[in-house]
Amino acid sequence: MLFLPILIPFAAGILGIFFWYKPNLQRWTTLIGMVALLIVSVMIFNTVWADGIQVAQGGSWVAPIGISLVIDLLSAILLLTAAILGTAVAVYSFGAIGDQRAAYGYFPLLCFLLMGICGAFITGDMFNLYVWFEVMLISSFVLLALGGERNQLEGALKYMTINLIASMIFLIGLGILYSVVGTLNMADIAKSLPDVQNQGMVLPMAMLFMTAFGIKAAMFPLYFWLPASYHTPPPVISAIFAGLLTKVGIYTLTRAFTLMFILHVEFTHTLLLVMSGFTMFFGVLGAVAQNEIRRILSFHSISQIGYMMMGLGLYSVMGLAGAIIYMVHHSLVKANLFLISGVIEHMTGTDSLKKIGGYYKNYPFLAILFALSAFALAGIPPLSGFWAKFAVVRAGLELESLWIVGVALVVGLLTTFSMTKIWAKGFWKPTPEKYAHLVDASARGPVSMIAPIIGLVVITLAMGIFFEPIYTVAEVAAEQLLDPSAYISAVNPQDFTALGGHE
Amino acid sequence: MFSLLFRTATRFLFPLMIVFSIFVLFRGHNAPGGGFIGGLVGAAGFALYIIAFGTEQARTAMRFSRRLYMAIGLTLMLGSGLVSLLAGDAFMTTQWYSIQIPVLGKLGTPAIFDTGVYLAVIGVTMIILMSLAED
Amino acid sequence: MDIVLAITIGVLVAAGIYMIQRRSFVKLILGIAMLGHAVNLMIFTLGRVTRGVPPIIHGEHGLDVGAADPLPQALILTAIVIGFGVQAFAIILIKRVYSVFQTDNIDTLVNTDFE
Repeated sequence: MLFLPILIPFAAGILGIFFWYKPNLQRWTTLIGMVALLIVSVMIFNTVWADGIQVAQGGSWVAPIGISLVIDLLSAILLLTAAILGTAVAVYSFGAIGDQRAAYGYFPLLCFLLMGICGAFITGDMFNLYVWFEVMLISSFVLLALGGERNQLEGALKYMTINLIASMIFLIGLGILYSVVGTLNMADIAKSLPDVQNQGMVLPMAMLFMTAFGIKAAMFPLYFWLPASYHTPPPVISAIFAGLLTKVGIYTLTRAFTLMFILHVEFTHTLLLVMSGFTMFFGVLGAVAQNEIRRILSFHSISQIGYMMMGLGLYSVMGLAGAIIYMVHHSLVKANLFLISGVIEHMTGTDSLKKIGGYYKNYPFLAILFALSAFALAGIPPLSGFWAKFAVVRAGLELESLWIVGVALVVGLLTTFSMTKIWAKGFWKPTPEKYAHLVDASARGPVSMIAPIIGLVVITLAMGIFFEPIYTVAEVAAEQLLDPSAYISAVNPQDFTALGGHE
Repeated sequence: MFSLLFRTATRFLFPLMIVFSIFVLFRGHNAPGGGFIGGLVGAAGFALYIIAFGTEQARTAMRFSRRLYMAIGLTLMLGSGLVSLLAGDAFMTTQWYSIQIPVLGKLGTPAIFDTGVYLAVIGVTMIILMSLAED
Repeated sequence: MDIVLAITIGVLVAAGIYMIQRRSFVKLILGIAMLGHAVNLMIFTLGRVTRGVPPIIHGEHGLDVGAADPLPQALILTAIVIGFGVQAFAIILIKRVYSVFQTDNIDTLVNTDFE
């Protein structure tokens, strides 16, 4: 069953290629695939919650020779988030993606993208992680360039270059890792890293991985590609990128720095913490300066990534639990805001705050949906963002890292400010007279575009209101992360030297 | 670009390259070769065809659409992994059957997987080459 | 042997980084390709060109101690295949960018950065 999160999107993607010239069939196969993925993810989550870490060995090889799939609670939670978003986007695409874009292969690519994301979440092998990264990247390159508008091509070129360089740094890290440890299975690495001869290489290796994953997660000095590319494709593609791709980066950072590279916690995690402060601060400053909804949201992603890294950098149960909740909350809310900006663009043809206005008067329902999501993002109680931020900040207070708490709180204020900016300029102020012709009060987004937004808002509200059970789950996941021995014993890598292998 | 010599040569080289690519494909299990290399050799044959006769002719020479190659290739890969589930093993466990096929040898799921890779590589490479060749 | 490979890797990395920093798209792609080759060679070298034991076959049926570890080579093969796909896409992309923008200069692509 553990292979299904990879196989289902793969099969749906293949079906999409078979039905290349029948966009409607593609829409349905994608939707059915995503719903199946959602069901499987719920089942996997239940199994992991009840029975602990699940492991499957590809091709019946024993670990560490074969490729292991390992699903602990963190993987299961993120898998579920990915499936929810995938379903929402599949529904939304009914209205948002016309036959023209579908003719370039939007739907199969979406499926392959989901396959790469799910694969990255559940694999237990470093090289396999690289392969899933590349599956994800190639699909995302094509999705980003799909349709070939000027800005899209430009954004795609920047995104591609920086991500290829990140992949190479990752690959260099893998080469060194293999030569030092002699294995690529994560559990086996975690087991044998403390005993390797060449301890001097461990920290440089960790730094290589931090750089590679940091680029993918949009960490502080390496985030400039994100605001240059995320606002260029159609909003629905931005939504799935902002919701999931950076989360894969954060997930791999979390995995690497809670399972494998925990020998130099004082250095690596302090570095992560400092970087998280910068990431938050500069991200939100960028957001404050922007004037288009999707640009604001892109910069916001960066500052929110900072909070997740802060949780990881604090390296305590509460910090990690906060980071996990933050990942889920941010995936859903940020994707939803992009979807709403898509509806606005669908109705007016622009998302520049200078040109639009009066949405509250004309579309009160959409305005309420937006307000709920924006307040959740800004962290107004009792919505999900508040609790996520609360957990992270509380963890910072417990560890007495007061400066990072200070940064987090200031950034929270600025986040509220930039969300209010969208609210005031886009929804509250009257439509600028110069652009009044753009607004058609009778225009309505198609049901297929509104329905997933409502669904995501309901989930966000539920996350805020029923926070206690969610925190319990996240806490258990964080405890699993802080105790790698359970992960190692679940995978149970055989001793290499006993089999007669590497010297 | 019209060149009689080149066109005539291509007429002879093209079938040879396709046959050779299939040879490389099936040789690949125990010796250098395999689906990826075989697919590239096959795609090189079609590339020769594009240079000699143009993309339209190459399209007819391929008989099926490039996406069909890709889709069938991917299906074969997925199917070769699923066979082991029917036998009750984990996904992608290699299954060997005792049927002997003349010339080729034993039948097993790796051969199916490699054939899938072969077809998918031909499909993808031709999509890339043709979109570069068409202007 | 190791020293020759090490020098080659160094030269490739230097050339790749130099190329990436040029303004032309074509040089950018060439630079990325060179970096990719450098990384593959590096994995090859780090995988111990001559020493080591094959990790899968052991015991009396195993290969001689002199045989190289096949895993790095499998890794490189995978990396080459992936690199092939990505670079092919990159070439198509720069062709599209060139036909839309009519320029080969990266410095002119600032539309998505500023307003």
